Amino acid sequence: MILAWLIIIPLAGGVAAWAAGRKDGHWPRRLSLAALLIDAVLFVVIWRDAATEPALARGTWLAELHLNWIPQFGIGIHLAMDGLSLVLVGLTLFLGMLSILCSWTEIRDRIGFFHANVMAILAGILGVFLSLDLFLFYFFWELMLVPMYFLIAIWGHENRQYASLKFFIFTQAGGLFMLLSILALYFIHHAGTGVYTFDYSLLLGTPLAPMTSLLVMLGFLISFVVKLPMVPFHPWLPDAHTEAPTAGSVILAGLLLKTGAYGIIRFVLPLFPLTAPVIAPAMQAFAVIGILYGALLSFAQTDLKRLVAYTSVSHMGFVLLGIFAMNTTSLQGAVMQMLAHGVSTGALFILVGLVQERMHTRDMERMGGLWSAVPRLSGMALVFGLAALGLPGFGNFVAEFLVLLGTYRMSPATAAIAAAGLVLSAVYALWMVQRAFQGNRRWSGSLPDLSLRETGIMALLVIAIFWLGLYPGRVLDITRPLVSTMQFIPPSANQLDARTGGPAHDRMP
Amino acid sequence: MNTAISISGLKALLPFLIMTAAAMVVMLGIAFRRDHRFTVLLTLAGLALGGGSLVFTPFAPDRYVTTLVLVDAFAGYYLALLFAAAFAVVCLSYSYLEIQGGHREEYYLLVLLAVLGAAVLAAATHFASFFLGIEILSVSLYGLTAYQRHRDQSVEAGVKYLILAAVSSAFILFGMALVYAEVGSMEFARIAIRAGAAGGALLGTGLVLIIVGLGFKLAVVPFHLWTPDVYEGAPAPVTAFIATVSKGAVFALVLRFFGNMDIRVGGALFLIFTIIAVASMFFGNLLALMQQNVKRVLAYSSISHIGYLLVTLLAAGPLRLNASAFYLAAYFVTTLGVFGVVTVLSTRDRDADKLDDYRGLAWRRPWLAGVFTAMLLSLAGIPLTAGFIAKFYLVAAGIGSALWLLVIVLIVNSAIGLFYYLRIIGAVYSMDGPPGPSMPISLSGSAALGGLTLALLWLGIYPGPFLALIGSLMQTAH
Repeated sequence: MILAWLIIIPLAGGVAAWAAGRKDGHWPRRLSLAALLIDAVLFVVIWRDAATEPALARGTWLAELHLNWIPQFGIGIHLAMDGLSLVLVGLTLFLGMLSILCSWTEIRDRIGFFHANVMAILAGILGVFLSLDLFLFYFFWELMLVPMYFLIAIWGHENRQYASLKFFIFTQAGGLFMLLSILALYFIHHAGTGVYTFDYSLLLGTPLAPMTSLLVMLGFLISFVVKLPMVPFHPWLPDAHTEAPTAGSVILAGLLLKTGAYGIIRFVLPLFPLTAPVIAPAMQAFAVIGILYGALLSFAQTDLKRLVAYTSVSHMGFVLLGIFAMNTTSLQGAVMQMLAHGVSTGALFILVGLVQERMHTRDMERMGGLWSAVPRLSGMALVFGLAALGLPGFGNFVAEFLVLLGTYRMSPATAAIAAAGLVLSAVYALWMVQRAFQGNRRWSGSLPDLSLRETGIMALLVIAIFWLGLYPGRVLDITRPLVSTMQFIPPSANQLDARTGGPAHDRMP
Repeated sequence: MNTAISISGLKALLPFLIMTAAAMVVMLGIAFRRDHRFTVLLTLAGLALGGGSLVFTPFAPDRYVTTLVLVDAFAGYYLALLFAAAFAVVCLSYSYLEIQGGHREEYYLLVLLAVLGAAVLAAATHFASFFLGIEILSVSLYGLTAYQRHRDQSVEAGVKYLILAAVSSAFILFGMALVYAEVGSMEFARIAIRAGAAGGALLGTGLVLIIVGLGFKLAVVPFHLWTPDVYEGAPAPVTAFIATVSKGAVFALVLRFFGNMDIRVGGALFLIFTIIAVASMFFGNLLALMQQNVKRVLAYSSISHIGYLLVTLLAAGPLRLNASAFYLAAYFVTTLGVFGVVTVLSTRDRDADKLDDYRGLAWRRPWLAGVFTAMLLSLAGIPLTAGFIAKFYLVAAGIGSALWLLVIVLIVNSAIGLFYYLRIIGAVYSMDGPPGPSMPISLSGSAALGGLTLALLWLGIYPGPFLALIGSLMQTAH
């Protein structure tokens, strides 16, 4: 039941915040923060259990909940948490709290509704990370979209209508393909067993003919790589990230993108263990293209926020590469990268938000020399710029190193090209620091440096990114059981033929 | 076949008799006392009584009353749906007509007659009852569509509807004649048997003509041309009525008439319905993209929704009736809700059909905007709403019967549809709306909208009990 509370409490907090917003601007913030703090306490309880319980070693679920929902369709409320869910829930609550904190002065309009939306998104994301019923998963997957749309469309910047519409349509169209695949799987499973169910654990072993398996998998994959995003499905990302308010950008980059990666790890690899390796080389290629392309485009931006947005394309390329290099090391690297990118990009977006709040512009041409005016803010920008370029000591370094190490085992050439992305990331990160924070002032007036609240936010982020970088063992231990239970079968040329004679026949009606 | 009606047959006809009596009582009521509220209460009482009588109606799979109507659970379900929808429309109409001048009372008489016609359609198993039902329904709708005689648009819409409905009736009649010429019977069951075997040219032509006629009523492409004009011109609650009661009843008849035929074997029928469905989805959604008028957007959106619904007709197996029953319930709730919002925002001079009428609505009337948003999201098929479960059920029924083309077209169109629903939602939440004086919403209007929203969320979040009910009702049908 604790898992259901994890989702219900933010939802209830959001409703309370909405109601409170009619009277006073501060109560929505306090209520939202309180709800997330209660959730965080629950999280700590589970985390401590996870550390002591031998359950972790066995690779079973840390907590599980199973209720009926729509029995006619075989739909249940099946929530479960393993190491991967656990760390991602932790990231969600952490960034959730920070996005409430960083909107404390930025959002002055319709505060109650804003917080209701933020909390609804967070609840949707938590639901995605915890659902083990495919229908429920799709339900939460879609649930994240509407409040996110509102967040961008109402509190966004200049071009918000366009960006929010683009975001919604890209992700929704992707989601519909996943719905098709989920239903196909549902009917194939029924044809084989006579049982209608959306339960992940029951659908896991569904035998599929190679061609069917490929099509069904692609349905899932399209939905996930749009979210991730993988080049060429990324065009929604720079617009959505740039136009969203700071909290929206933090949640988008830090959490929403992770749901795509999570979906691949949780669903695509285990449901299609034979087919996933077949397309792995292609996915690796896309991942590498994403790494380089994202970095190059990032370098070309003059809008500070857009620059940070494009770095996400590059960094999420490493996640995709790690997943599809398909070995324990690279997968652990991918999970690590999800966390590290969440923290570092979240921090960069918050910093950009702070700059924009002070200067009312995101154009780097009109910045420069910020260091002398706001040294603390600029120092933080340098810290997270360095994190983004993968300097040792930061979580990003550990993650990218593991991904490259794992990839090297499979294909040294791929690893070598991907490593070039690291060079490019150094270029854009330092370029950003140089143009915005150093050099000559291209503006006038005076700016306030970080306030106590803002310093607190940044301090938390710095601690988190260094914790991931210097002491990654804990996270790696917790996610290891899942990663090591995955059966990776190396792709071979004649694999498609070899499996045609198996027990599975084309059951697609 | 026995043509006399027994006592138990009369009992089975109770809902129809009550509707007839209600129409007469309302007419007499107007003659004695011309009072808007009084008439509305009489009408609502009649509809409630009709709905209540469904509890006592002895539904049975073979409860034929003469050969004209079959009062089975299938008919019972659709009667309940039609009565409930009419109830909501009357509630909305009260707040709409209250601010209009003139003679308002006869409106309700027409509504009751239209409901009676719709109810006959839902239970019809014979060409005679089919035609009677469709004519009672249509004739009442001419009056309702043109009810606001002082508005040019309303009169124009009424005339358009009159001409097109007359043409469609002619098609249906001719089709019936051809079918009868070959089969020698007007009973659906016998026609279905002959259509399943190798039917002749007369039967085939007859069926196609009937499809054309029904296509007009359902407003599917290519018989949809009247829809946007009539939707735009008719008073908002009448538009809601046409979109729900009229189309729902005709669809129930389509299910009854064509459901008995084996469409998969028919080949030609399957092809015809597939083309109609695909064309309705694409044309409906693509044309909706180009509209500026909210009522026209909703008109095209309803065209595409009937296109989606046709997928259930083509699906085989037990899912067909269940899926269409659920989809229609969700579609009724959503459509009534969305037109309900248009209704309560309309003023004495004009209906609220410009996008600008909704700009910034969220900050002027947060509750109403919330209802409107929920309804639009339901039309788009977003989770938490009835529309999502309904669309999910459709896709499931389609995939279950391996209708891949239709399902993929449906998916693509759902994505296209998002554009125009989101455009309206975007306007509702835009910051630059006019401050605008806000007049209070009448009690009946807000009660109807509140009820519809609750139904929307209930069907969207916890549809289990309702699905079970549909399952048990439809199991005995056919």
